[in-house]
Amino acid sequence: MAEIELRSLRKTYGKVVAINDLSVHIPDGEFLVLLGPSGCGKTTTLRALAGLETLDRGRILIGGRDVTLLAPGKRGIAMVFQSYAVFPHMRVFDNIVFGLRMRGVPPGDQRTRAHEVADLLQIRNLLDRYPAQLSGGQRQRVAVARAIVMRPDVLLMDEPLSNLDALLRLHMRAELKRLHRELRATTVYVTHDQVEALSLGDRIAVMKEGEIIQCATPSVIYDTPANRFVGSFIGSPPMNFLSGTVAGADGSLRVEVAGTVLALPPRAHPAGGTPAQVTIGIRPEHIAVEFSAVPAAVPAQVSVLEPIGSHQLLTAQVGADIVKVTVPPEFAAEPGRAVWLRFDPARVRLMDPATGQAIAVS
Amino acid sequence: MTLRRLGIYSAALVISAWVAVPLLLISIAAFTPRDVLYQWPRPLWPEQFTLETMRFFLRFTGVWQSTLNSVFVAVLTIGLAFAIAAPASYALARFRFRGRDSLQLAILATKMFPATVLSIPLAVAFIRWHLYDTLLGVALVHTALSIPFVTVIVTSVFVGISYELEEAAMTLGSSRAQAFLRVTLPMALPGLAAAGIFTFVLSWNEVFAATILTLNHRTLPALIVDSVIGAGAPLHFRFAGGFFMIVPALIIIFLIRRYLLTLWGVTVR
Repeated sequence: MAEIELRSLRKTYGKVVAINDLSVHIPDGEFLVLLGPSGCGKTTTLRALAGLETLDRGRILIGGRDVTLLAPGKRGIAMVFQSYAVFPHMRVFDNIVFGLRMRGVPPGDQRTRAHEVADLLQIRNLLDRYPAQLSGGQRQRVAVARAIVMRPDVLLMDEPLSNLDALLRLHMRAELKRLHRELRATTVYVTHDQVEALSLGDRIAVMKEGEIIQCATPSVIYDTPANRFVGSFIGSPPMNFLSGTVAGADGSLRVEVAGTVLALPPRAHPAGGTPAQVTIGIRPEHIAVEFSAVPAAVPAQVSVLEPIGSHQLLTAQVGADIVKVTVPPEFAAEPGRAVWLRFDPARVRLMDPATGQAIAVS
Repeated sequence: MTLRRLGIYSAALVISAWVAVPLLLISIAAFTPRDVLYQWPRPLWPEQFTLETMRFFLRFTGVWQSTLNSVFVAVLTIGLAFAIAAPASYALARFRFRGRDSLQLAILATKMFPATVLSIPLAVAFIRWHLYDTLLGVALVHTALSIPFVTVIVTSVFVGISYELEEAAMTLGSSRAQAFLRVTLPMALPGLAAAGIFTFVLSWNEVFAATILTLNHRTLPALIVDSVIGAGAPLHFRFAGGFFMIVPALIIIFLIRRYLLTLWGVTVR
């Protein structure tokens, strides 16, 4: 059990900046997800935390202890690799107790602890097998067992589910959540899958180009993305973006979109004042579709309707912009039909079109 | 399509025959009675076989001593070549460093240099260093000859073993050396053994340096060449000697053939 403190980490490979001045505090027992597209530095950050990369500068503290220069084995961490990195020449049992052997734990204790975690991960019957005789999901469990048998202060996971097929991934995701609830080890989890991030994380740190863009709880990240990138990276389909013009700000804020004026809750004035042009961000589930003109509804034209099981995805054209809306399964509209979209004013996010930064609600 | 396949098969046939026919002829001749061997025209398939020729060869002065010398040189070569090439291979496989590609190329490029050109300077240098006519001297030359092969093979063995496995071992409390000894080495062992055996065959068959650099301490190939060229050994002796030389190499290559294929396959990629 330990809190983690990353202070101004920086790592470059030649001219490529992998991590650029990254700082984050992770309280004891938290499940933090590092989320971002490939090449955003999330894996490098995790590997630096594990001691597998040397940093250009910055300090890493685990449980108040400066571990920046310590070897991976001396940091009180355990890691689950994307490729599982299960030792192919050892039986499952020997894989699990490998770390305990390196620590000089007595053989009797090794056995007890190995059986304990094997039960926890339901791989007790596989202990005598070699990894080649296991399925991908089973190897994954061995990799997790080998990490948690160390009773680490900090558990690091590098895209542990990305090599599993969809159904198994769903299952293991729930398993990992259960494990974290039982073990309460501080966990740092790297993924590029936003659904994984939303479902597992106590907090999500969204990364891009070596920096943390936003670090907050999943609901804050989802509802109030800090900028256009976060909104477009999280959510499936992602947030819609439309261009609008500020029409007035007396009491409530009025923004004109495709000829329709929307009344929105007032915003805090950013430095330099609210720009005249804004980008409107709205999630597909916060739009209602009407078949006739109602006040404050934006006219649009249906282009595609896709059923996806529990609901349908409507793609509509609003001026030059494309908007995706989730609609109920019984919704019907032929392509080309005129519809009116009603945006939930409380859910509309405004952004500066030049910087992409969100303009906070006052 | 069929024509193309026909071409490939006939090419394969020609190449196989090019390798196999001499082996076959030597093997037959080694067990042909002496008088039949000298007949003209000689029958392609002799009516009777005999062990007499082989027995004659094995009783010949110096054969057993030379065989021992050959084994000694080969073992020493394996030891020296691995001591030098294995760490280099590990570095080439695991680390990205400046000049890595040119080093790799340079190692292979040494194979383009004809060893014959080196023979006189080498003999002079060895006489000066008191290495002339010693088994250590021969082993040193064989080491130099085998280092490129060992480096290429062993590099591909290490490349084939994911570095993440070593990293996993390190996160579990191993030092770098422990991670290598407990994870990478056991997994590399079959490949390393194949490289070792390959080196053995290379040294066992090497005749040029062994002939130039020794007088009294001959390895087996040097002895045979010497007795053929210098002393004009009779035909049946040559065949028996040839057969005796071929057999270990054949057996070994047969045993490791699958390894060599996969190893070079990895290298090509």
